[in-house]
Amino acid sequence: MNALIRGGRVLDPAHDVDAVQDVLIQEGKISRLGTGLRAPDGTPTIEAGGKVVCPGFIDAHVHLREPGYEYKETVATGTKAAAAGGFTAVACMANTNPVNDNRSVTDYVLAKARSEGVVRVYPIGAVSRGLEGKELAELAELAEAGCVAFSDDGHPVMNSALLRHAMEYTLPFGLPIISHAEDAHLTGGGVMNEGAVSTELGLAGRPSAAEEVMVARDLCLAELTGAHVHIAHISTAGAVRLVRDAKARGIRVTAEVTPHHLLLTEEAVRGYDPNTKMNPPLRTKRDREALVEALADGTIDCIATDHAPHAVAEKEGDFDQAAFGIVGLETAVSLLVDRLVRPGLLDLRTLVSRFTVGPARLLNLRGGSLAPGADADITILDLERRLTIDPRAFHSKSRNTPFGGWEVTGMPWMTLVGGRVVMWERVIKGGVDA
Amino acid sequence: MTAREKAQVLDEAALDRALIRIAHEIVEKNGGTADLAFVGLRTRGVTLAHRLAERVAAIEGVKPPVGALDITLYRDDLGLKAEQPVVRGTEIPFDLTGKTVILVDDVLFTGRTIRAALDAIMDLGRPKAIRLAILVDRGHRELPIRPDYVGKNLPTARRETVAVRLKEHDGEDRVVIEEPED
Amino acid sequence: MGWTRKDLLTMQELEPAEIGLILDTAASMKEIAAREIKKVPTLRGRTVVNLFYEPSTRTRTSFEIAGKWLSADVVNWSAPGSSAAKGESLLDTARNIAAMSPDVVVVRHGAAGAAALLAKALRCAVVNAGDGAHEHPTQALLDLLTIREKKGHLEGLSVAIVGDIARSRVARSNIHGMRKLGMTVTVAGPPTLIPPFVQELGVKVSHRLEEAIANVDVIMMLRLQQERMMEALIPSLREYARYWGLTPTSLGAARQDVLIMHPGPVNRGIEIAPEVADGPYSVILDQVANGVAVRMAVLFLLAGGKAQP
Repeated sequence: MNALIRGGRVLDPAHDVDAVQDVLIQEGKISRLGTGLRAPDGTPTIEAGGKVVCPGFIDAHVHLREPGYEYKETVATGTKAAAAGGFTAVACMANTNPVNDNRSVTDYVLAKARSEGVVRVYPIGAVSRGLEGKELAELAELAEAGCVAFSDDGHPVMNSALLRHAMEYTLPFGLPIISHAEDAHLTGGGVMNEGAVSTELGLAGRPSAAEEVMVARDLCLAELTGAHVHIAHISTAGAVRLVRDAKARGIRVTAEVTPHHLLLTEEAVRGYDPNTKMNPPLRTKRDREALVEALADGTIDCIATDHAPHAVAEKEGDFDQAAFGIVGLETAVSLLVDRLVRPGLLDLRTLVSRFTVGPARLLNLRGGSLAPGADADITILDLERRLTIDPRAFHSKSRNTPFGGWEVTGMPWMTLVGGRVVMWERVIKGGVDA
Repeated sequence: MTAREKAQVLDEAALDRALIRIAHEIVEKNGGTADLAFVGLRTRGVTLAHRLAERVAAIEGVKPPVGALDITLYRDDLGLKAEQPVVRGTEIPFDLTGKTVILVDDVLFTGRTIRAALDAIMDLGRPKAIRLAILVDRGHRELPIRPDYVGKNLPTARRETVAVRLKEHDGEDRVVIEEPED
Repeated sequence: MGWTRKDLLTMQELEPAEIGLILDTAASMKEIAAREIKKVPTLRGRTVVNLFYEPSTRTRTSFEIAGKWLSADVVNWSAPGSSAAKGESLLDTARNIAAMSPDVVVVRHGAAGAAALLAKALRCAVVNAGDGAHEHPTQALLDLLTIREKKGHLEGLSVAIVGDIARSRVARSNIHGMRKLGMTVTVAGPPTLIPPFVQELGVKVSHRLEEAIANVDVIMMLRLQQERMMEALIPSLREYARYWGLTPTSLGAARQDVLIMHPGPVNRGIEIAPEVADGPYSVILDQVANGVAVRMAVLFLLAGGKAQP
């Protein structure tokens, strides 16, 4: 695949590049960067004047729901949603049905990705068999099959001894363990953050302590074993503080945060909209501010959407019964550009870094930068385009988002994977149903 | 819509004379005060009922019991009013069964209020007879209801209002005709 | 000022004047209970559907009587053994019922927010008869009516609500209603049963029964559910009854003119001793009588006007 991207503002935090440049792509790889580049005859040209050309964004926490929950999402529809959202790669969690706790499921997902996927798909294997938290999954085989990390996400690993063993066992593989940090006993039947709002609304709450208790435990075990632990969907100021201190002491910890935790608080739950129900729940204003601060200063390494598609029936009706989680692939970039970068809470370079360098390092992926020789996975942003978020236009099978109707300025304009355009102006190209 | 006073119909003395005459008529027709009871329609009908009872006591030495009837729950026009009427409650602290009930109201117009009052009385007991005493009959009946005792017959135009003012509520005893200012 | 809301969902959203209107209307309705023929034609031709997802004989019966005394047609729909058992969602059931054109739907459901969900989805009036732990407005209204009757006024009175406040919709509704009418509220119970940040609702908190009930005009005891022991919130019913039960002994700490209330059903011997529940300070049965009057008032205000479009 060849192409010439001309005149865009090239922003590559990994190499400290922020300049108007051309990017030449040859054979699916980045061949050269520079001004006034000339391409061989017949090379398609992409006029990127006024746009921002970034390394392909990577979402390290996505639920593609296949196999087993194809009514919510499939590899095909989920990767289309990713492409529409400006992502060139996603890492998908193991809580499918059957669980990705053995290589046959990993192989299945990778096969689907090869035949129907529109962006790169990196499977995450389970830590425990069946996600039950009792026995180790076949971690070595999972690693060999191509898993890039291990996680029981959806569930915490309650048994500390099991987690310790998993950390020790996987150390030689160099793959991180992604922790869904939650003490299931403390969260009990909670459906939102435990606090003044939950008291007023009469809903059972999940205290911040339930997350912090487990983050602390995970950090202690990481210290004990020397493992790399990655905290999924961090949501509280206390957890941020623990991670910051641990990093300062040299513990191998990284963390990710979702767009919704950066933008919403428990106040959004007033009105009982099930699209404000997720795990971990939306927290307080103080927590939100701490998350934004930590994202800016690098305590939080990456943004990951925790894209969690659910069918309409699972997200309408009463709050108690509704499923946890919202979709996020198609709204993440627009929301954060509009609500964090434009008001000056985060600079663009940092945002791009958290979508590229952060996840690439976490998962040890080839991507995350625009250096010559790298795969031509590229995300091009239009920072001026105004749009209203319309869930009915999503490429995902599911529509469960609280951001419907939000007016934002800034969107992913084009997505290229291996030099091929897979998305342009929200239209999906390439893949099976191009 | 504001209203302006068009004419005075009864002054304080005329109002009082009308009540005295009605009280005599009631006593005469009933042959005394046996089994007599007054039920006034809220709000001014209740006041008039009390005054009539006092007048009867002055004539006969015996004061018949007085009750207050709220017909809000029996109205046939609840859905049609712009503002929802407030329920004030019915208080009839005696048994109506076997009594000659004198229903008292200030103005008789379409007759629908009295129709509702008859339904309400029937739900409360089985009187021997129900008679109607009205201070002002302004015509325009829509139902076959007629008063037994009338203070004053007053032909009016439909758009006019008859306002009965009583000392206990309005600080003066007067009956006036009002018409809308437009 | 008349009633303008389509629904009655919470005490939290009502203005003091609206609460007063309901109480005054309810007071007028009481006389109907004393009649031989307990009927007025006001809601003739109107249909009231009782949609009860949680078992409740007393509240449902109270609404049923209220509707029938107003001449409405009352239909009961309870969840066990109904379409909900077959997995039909709340919204689907509501839409099905709406297609039958009721004028009022009275709903009790285990999920907070369920009544509001229905109110948005249905064009007819919706009355919240209890949504999870959130609110139960007609209960608070009948409690307020009872207190007003016995004490002659509401403003300035002090109330202690004792028990599992965290899971109590009765507590929440009463707290909102009482605060709006200028009453002081103290919530009391073991710390595990008091929700976090409850002070932000404008109440005082006490962790000792005798201290909480010492100088109040009204003591409201809440029902303790046995499951709380299973959730490790209290060690045993015995210990709860010993430290938090209202007995003749603990009642000694209260004033001579105190009122004792309970939303029912009463766990005799646990949160309240039988002698106290049946004793001279208890107004529990008045609460029940006022429940019908309040529900009549609510049905009248919501449905007594225009018919359902």
